[in-house]
Order: sequence, then C-alpha cells, then structure tokens
Amino acid sequence: MSEFDAASAAVQAALDAGARYADARVMHRRYESMSARNGDIEELAQDESVGLGVRALVGSSWGFHAVPDLSDAAARDAGRRAARTAAASARVPGPPIELVPGPAAVASWASPCTVDPLGVALSTKGDLLVEATKTIVDHGADHAEGLYQIWDTAKWFVSSEGHRIDQRIRECGGGISATSIGDGETQRRSYPSYRGQYGTTGWELVESLDLAAHAAEIADESRALLTAPLCPAGETDLILGGEQLALQIHESVGHAIELDRILGWEAAFAGTSWLDLAQLGSLRYGSDLMTITIDPTLPGALGSFGFDDEGSPAVKRDAVREGRWVGVLAGRDSASVAGLDYAGSVRADGWARLPMVRMTNVGLEPGPHTLEEIIAATDDGVLMDLNRSWSIDDKRLNFQFGCEVGWEIKKGRRGRLLRNPTYTGIGPHFWRSMDMLSAETVAWGTPNCGKGQPGQVGHTGHPAAPARFRNVRVGVRA
Amino acid sequence: MTELDLAGQVVELVRRLGGPGAQAEATVVRSDLALTRFANSFIHQNVGESGVSVRLRLHVDGRTAAGGGSLITQDGLRALVDRTLAAARLGPPDPAWPGLAPSAPTPSAPAFDEATAYADPDDRAERVRAFVAAAGGLTTAGYCRTAHRSAAFANSTGHSASGRTAEAAMDGIARTGGSDGVARRCADRIGDLDGAALGARAAAKARAAADPVELPPGRYEVVLEPAAVADVLENLAFYGFNGKRYAERQSFAEPGVAQFDPAVTLVDDPLRGSGLPFDAEGTPRAAVTLVQAGTTRGVVHDRRTATEVGATSTGHAAPGATTWGPIPHNLCLAAEPGADARASVDTPGAAGAPATAGDLSGAVADVDTAALLAGVRRGLLVSDLWYTRVLDPKTLVITGLTRNGVWLVEDGVVTRSVRDLRFTESYPRVLGPGAVLGVGRHAVRLPDRVDGVWWEAPPLRLASWNFTGGASG
Repeated sequence: MSEFDAASAAVQAALDAGARYADARVMHRRYESMSARNGDIEELAQDESVGLGVRALVGSSWGFHAVPDLSDAAARDAGRRAARTAAASARVPGPPIELVPGPAAVASWASPCTVDPLGVALSTKGDLLVEATKTIVDHGADHAEGLYQIWDTAKWFVSSEGHRIDQRIRECGGGISATSIGDGETQRRSYPSYRGQYGTTGWELVESLDLAAHAAEIADESRALLTAPLCPAGETDLILGGEQLALQIHESVGHAIELDRILGWEAAFAGTSWLDLAQLGSLRYGSDLMTITIDPTLPGALGSFGFDDEGSPAVKRDAVREGRWVGVLAGRDSASVAGLDYAGSVRADGWARLPMVRMTNVGLEPGPHTLEEIIAATDDGVLMDLNRSWSIDDKRLNFQFGCEVGWEIKKGRRGRLLRNPTYTGIGPHFWRSMDMLSAETVAWGTPNCGKGQPGQVGHTGHPAAPARFRNVRVGVRA
Repeated sequence: MTELDLAGQVVELVRRLGGPGAQAEATVVRSDLALTRFANSFIHQNVGESGVSVRLRLHVDGRTAAGGGSLITQDGLRALVDRTLAAARLGPPDPAWPGLAPSAPTPSAPAFDEATAYADPDDRAERVRAFVAAAGGLTTAGYCRTAHRSAAFANSTGHSASGRTAEAAMDGIARTGGSDGVARRCADRIGDLDGAALGARAAAKARAAADPVELPPGRYEVVLEPAAVADVLENLAFYGFNGKRYAERQSFAEPGVAQFDPAVTLVDDPLRGSGLPFDAEGTPRAAVTLVQAGTTRGVVHDRRTATEVGATSTGHAAPGATTWGPIPHNLCLAAEPGADARASVDTPGAAGAPATAGDLSGAVADVDTAALLAGVRRGLLVSDLWYTRVLDPKTLVITGLTRNGVWLVEDGVVTRSVRDLRFTESYPRVLGPGAVLGVGRHAVRLPDRVDGVWWEAPPLRLASWNFTGGASG
C-alpha cells in the first residue's frame, strides 16, 4: 500500500463517517543530531518516525487522529476516529467553519540540496564539532558546546477536494557556543547563533559556516565579557545585529500577524495579538523602512516549502509595506472567518499533530545602509547582538530581550565590550523608531518555535539585517 | 506483543548483531493522548494520537549511540538496531560511559484509572461544556486532555521494568474583553476534573480583574497564587536542581547551604501522581528531597552526571538528558507544616482549597490565599506568570510578565485590579532566607505542557519582587 493510498483511505473513511471535508498527511521523517562538549562527542541520536494524521471537519470543529501505522485498516480507523472526535465537539458548538477556495494541486516538490546531510560520514560531522569545541576550551572557556541537527522529511498529502501532493524537505544546521564562568555569573558567546543557523538545504550550509574558524574568537569574548562593564541603564540609540533582529521580527511581528491568534483561537496559551483586523491595511506598524514579507518561496530559508500542510501553494506576500500593516499568516479556515481570500501558512510539526497557522519565512526587506554606516552615524548608543533571552507578553506588545554581547558606540565608533546587555519596549513604538536599516540580509533560521496544544515545534525563517532604533530603554536588570 | 516483549526483543537483537560485549537499554512506550481544545467558547480543535515509540541506547567497543522511532515491525526494529550499531561504531570514544543500571526492584506505580486512560471525546467535551457554561457568558478558552502511557524497559544486564500511567488535566481562561482569569488543575483521574468549578473560578477572577489601573514599576511584596509558584518551581528545576548544570558549576545549588528561607521544602516526587516508576535508564524512581527547611540537600542525577560528581542516580534519566541534563519534573513545594497537603490535592473541585469564608472577592478564590493576604500592608496578588526567560542561569535572574490577573492589596484587602507588569528577578533570591513571609496550607497540582510533568504548590507570600516595567513599557 503506497503512502498516497493510506492517506486516501483515511480521507474516505472520515467522509464516510460524516465529515464534510477531510485531509490526511503521511509523513516519514529521519532525524539526526550530534552534540559535542569540550572536545568530546556528547550525544549522537538518530530517529525515524512514520505515521499518518487525518483531519476531519464536522460542523464548527476539526477532529484529528494520528497513528504510526500505514495499513489500510489503521488508516481507515484513524479517519473514522477523526470524524467521531470532531462530532463530539457538537456538545460545545460554534459557528460553522468554511474553507477559502484554493486549487486542488497535484504536484511534487523538493527543497534544494547539494550535499545530502545524512549521507555525510558521521566521523566527518563529529570531527567538525570536536575540533571546534576543543579549540574553544583551549582558548580558555570553561565549557564548549557544538551541535548539528538534520531533518529529512518526506510527506504525502491528500484531501477530499482532490489534492495529491508529495514533498521532500531536507533541513539542517549547526553552531557552537563558549561559556565562561565567573564569580557568580556566566557569560556565553555563540557562533553563528546559539544552537546554530538552519535552513532547508544540504550539508553545504554547515560547511559554509566554518565553525572551527570562529571558535577561538567566541572563547576569547566569553572570557572578556566576565570583566566587561555592565551595559548602562537608560534610554539610548540601539543598533541590533541581524541575528537578534531576526528574533525581534519573530516575536514582535511574526507571532502578532498569525491570524489564529488575532481571532482568539490561541488565547488560552500562546495568547492573542494586539492587532485588530479592522485596521488591516491602515495601521502604522513601523517606520517607512519597515517592509516585512511572508515568503515561503525563499530558496534555502528554514521556513520554505512548495505547499503548506493543507495544500496551499507557496506564495510571497507582504505583511508590512513601508510601515503599514497589510497582511497576515493564515490558513484556509481562519482566512474564511476573517473574510480574506488567501491562506498558505499552515503546517504541522509531524504526522501526529494538527496543522495550524505557523510562520514561514517572515523577514525584513533590505534597507539602504551598511552596519558600518549605521555605527558611523551614531553619536552615542549601544550595539547588541546574538540573542540570550527573550520574553514578550501574550499580545506581542511588551518585550524584553537580552543579548550575549554589547558594544559601546561613541562618536561613530565601536568601543568597549558591554556585558549583560538587555533592551525593552513596546512593539509598534519600537518599530516606528527604526531609522537606519542595512542591506546585509541573512535569512536566519529558528528551529524551535513553540505553539499549540498539544505543543508543536515549528521551523521558521527570518531574513534580517542590522538596524538602528532610537531612544530605546536598555540595561534592565534585577 | 507487549511493550516488555518488544524491549526485550531489541536488547536481544543488539546482543545477536553487536556481539556479547554490546550493552543495550531499550524503552518502549505505547500512548493514547487526546486533547479537546476550546476558544471563543466553543470546541474548535479536538485531537487524538495513538502512538508507539521505541528508544535504544547502546554502548559497544567504548562508543555510545542512541536511536529511536515509531517502527515496531521486525524489519523496523532490525533497522533501528543496525543503524544505531553503525552509528556507535563510527562515533568517537565515550570514556564517561556510566554503564547500565543493575537489576533493582521497581516500585509500584501510582494508582491507575481506567476511565482516564480510555476517556473518549465525549468525556472531555462534557467538561468543556461545563466550564463554558459556568463562565456565565464570558468568553472562554482552554483545553481538557487525557493521557495514557504504557511503558517497559529492558537492558543487557537482565534488568527490566514496566508500568503504566494515566493523567487528566484541564486549563482554561475566562475573558471579559479587558481582563482574563484562569483556572487549571492536573489529576490522576478525569473524574476529579470539575469543569464547572474551574469555569466559575476563572470567570470570577476575570470579572475581578476588569478595569485595571497601571502601577509604577518597583519592588512590591507579593502573594503568588499556585500557578505563578509553578513557574518558579519549573525554572528552579531546570536550571538549579539539574545534575548536569550542577556538575558544570552553572547551577546556584550548593548542597548543605541554607540558600532558602526555612519555610521552603522542595521534594521531587514522581510517584505522587501519574509518573512511570522507572526512568530512561531503568533506574527506579522515588521521592528526592532537594531542599529541606531552607537547606539545599542535593540535585537530581542520571547515571552519567551521578558518576561525574561521585553520586548515585536519582532516577532522572530521560531522552536528551545528555544534552539538557537530568531535570526534576514533579517538584512539590511543601505546604505549611501541619497542613494535609495531599488531601487537598486530591480533593475534587476548583484549583486551590475551596473557599469557605463568605466575604472573599472574586480575586481571592480560596481561604488559603486570603490568609496570606491578610498580613500584606501594601503589595500585589499575582495569579500567573508568563514567558519567563533566563538572563543568567547561575544567578537564575529571570524576566517575564504577569498574566491572568494582578491586584493591589492594601491592609490585607484587595483594593483594585492592576495591569500586567514585567519583572526581572532572581528566583533563588526571592525565596532566600527571610524572604518568604508565608506559605499556604494547601498545595495544588498544576499541569505542564506535556503529560507526566507537573508542579505542586501552595500560594506563597514573598517579601519582595522586582517589577521592572509596566504594561506600557
């Protein structure tokens, strides 16, 4: 029985059991991770998981059931259970849910991959981490960590509307970190970011990072931070490096424009959004430099795909155009409720989870400047980069971020290292204060975005470049 | 085929394919997990998963590798063993391999409730209906979930263990349009989840939280409700009582030192409810006292971290623990001595001891909290904490926000609702000697994001909490 056959059997069983729409995904995922610590391999894990998840729409509710079995009997039973589960929701009914129309695609898609990451010898991958972490310790850090992760996912999607799509998405990435322990506190420096940079690409991404070449530098900086002056407290001009700005986009824009949050579907856990659909098209989100796109077509970025997990094709859209809020991340059901005519941002983190609205690649279009120009134009400020902590309220307004490293900026020059840099603000006020933006864009990958109940871990991409924000509160501490 | 049969089969395959010197441990878990989710006062997502997982860790020729998956056919198990053996042979040496767990008696698992394990969508939907109805017209959102796991362990020393667990949880909010109130509870039996009581409590809290005022940031005395205390426990567990972080000197924990107020006693007690009786290395699980009357007694270990610091495993091995470290996942803050905390946990009804006084406001839903508030001259009552993240793991300085209700307390009485505040605070410091002004008499068990993980806490009165920002920045 083929994967498509199993998915079709599940869909048919759901329809036979009373669903007015059903879809099913078979997923086969291989995962490999290796971590090294202080010059030794710490953990090597390889997982392989296969299963089927079927989604049935009855009345106002989705029912979903998943099984790790692709036999015809198991698939049909899963379809029936999904419909029965949806029907039980009628005890607490809501308005009927409709789906915005979309083409019933029959297609195949694969992410670009030059070097199959699972095909690279384990010894080669291990040597890379061992060498880098050994160098970090040799340069005086107390702890060195190195990590790579690889996901190789094949999926087959069938719907009662006629979709029949198969995709193969290979993702990988890695990174290194140095931790130095001082009197009562720790300092960490990472490259290229904590737990690494990731993309929908082959092992060539990890090779391009050249981890070993950056090991000594982060070790030295982690030690230097222990004795660096504290980031001053107060309001100042803030320059953010691209990696930190990527997380700023993720938290204060990406999640805020998720339509399920805006509609209240995530209110109890992930939260809602400060955005009001009545202001879509008119709200001033940020300065004129702020243009944010939703772009799952970006080759190699971590949030890329050919079709989302309800069969909508990947399409690039604007979320914020020259500071004005114009678009959302949507699914077919939420778009229908909101009166919109597009979806395309629904994914599940595995065969056992219900697809939900997720970020794809949500990022800034490049600006006209360079980081050096931004520094040169700043008389008094702080440059911060690489995220260390992140916290934001349930409406995605009030945030506080901590970075691994800061530098004093005085009279257009980068000065002393600053330790424990933090900054805080309110999303739209912050984005409206952005007055310089670099063109040095990198599509940063975030492989650990949590959302949903049961919890799901999403993989998202965030093109970002260094930028300057005026009069930001920095140096918050206990 | 039972889970124990499958685990034994994997170990035998390793012996056959890897030779007599190969050491292996295998865990097989079958699970039925279901969650009924509601928002805008109706059920919008209703999910179930029948799962199976097999996890293998082996050590051969001085090298270690782990693998897992969902394929339990003969071919699937053979492929798992083949690729894990291949990975081990290609991997680097593991001089710190701590060896396999020896045979040891497995303690009895907590009482198992069939009705919870095999709850159907109607059982969950009925509790949601009761929650929504009890909210009296307020908008509601949340979930009711049930979980059943049946697991077995086997290793090459001949040690084996098995057990099964069931757990139910409900977590919901009621919303007025400008304020939210929350009620949540974790139980061994779905029959102990009273949707109506939880919905009524959430609604009362939401109504009491309406029309909040903004207060200036600064240090305030606080009374934390159990949901907020659970966040403190979770962070202490992950960063402080984690044997790996301790071994690496990244934990605040100093055994033998009076790091906490004498009112603080912390025990990790997985067998108190819905925990398997053994860990991922087959080590029997038991209660571990981490803080006794303010003095840190220890941290938790798996076999690897225990070997590193010259201790013994406390039964806290888990998949991924090599990277993240062993973590207590069932941490209990002991209620005030003399109170029968266990009895209150098992009492059906709303989260927290039932209110008996007649003059409690909606903000103060139980006499336990009311008693703590009575001594507060000026402070804040905090229901819940949100999005807490660590600025420095060793001092455990954390930033986060309040959520689901904050109230100003003056002369022992709640006087007004307050808008959410951001804080930046060291969690060990707020529990330090002299900092705990009162501990409630009744502990409440609160669910985490995944079944099997829970936190048990009474409300807590603390001398000072550092709020560093208001709702508007």
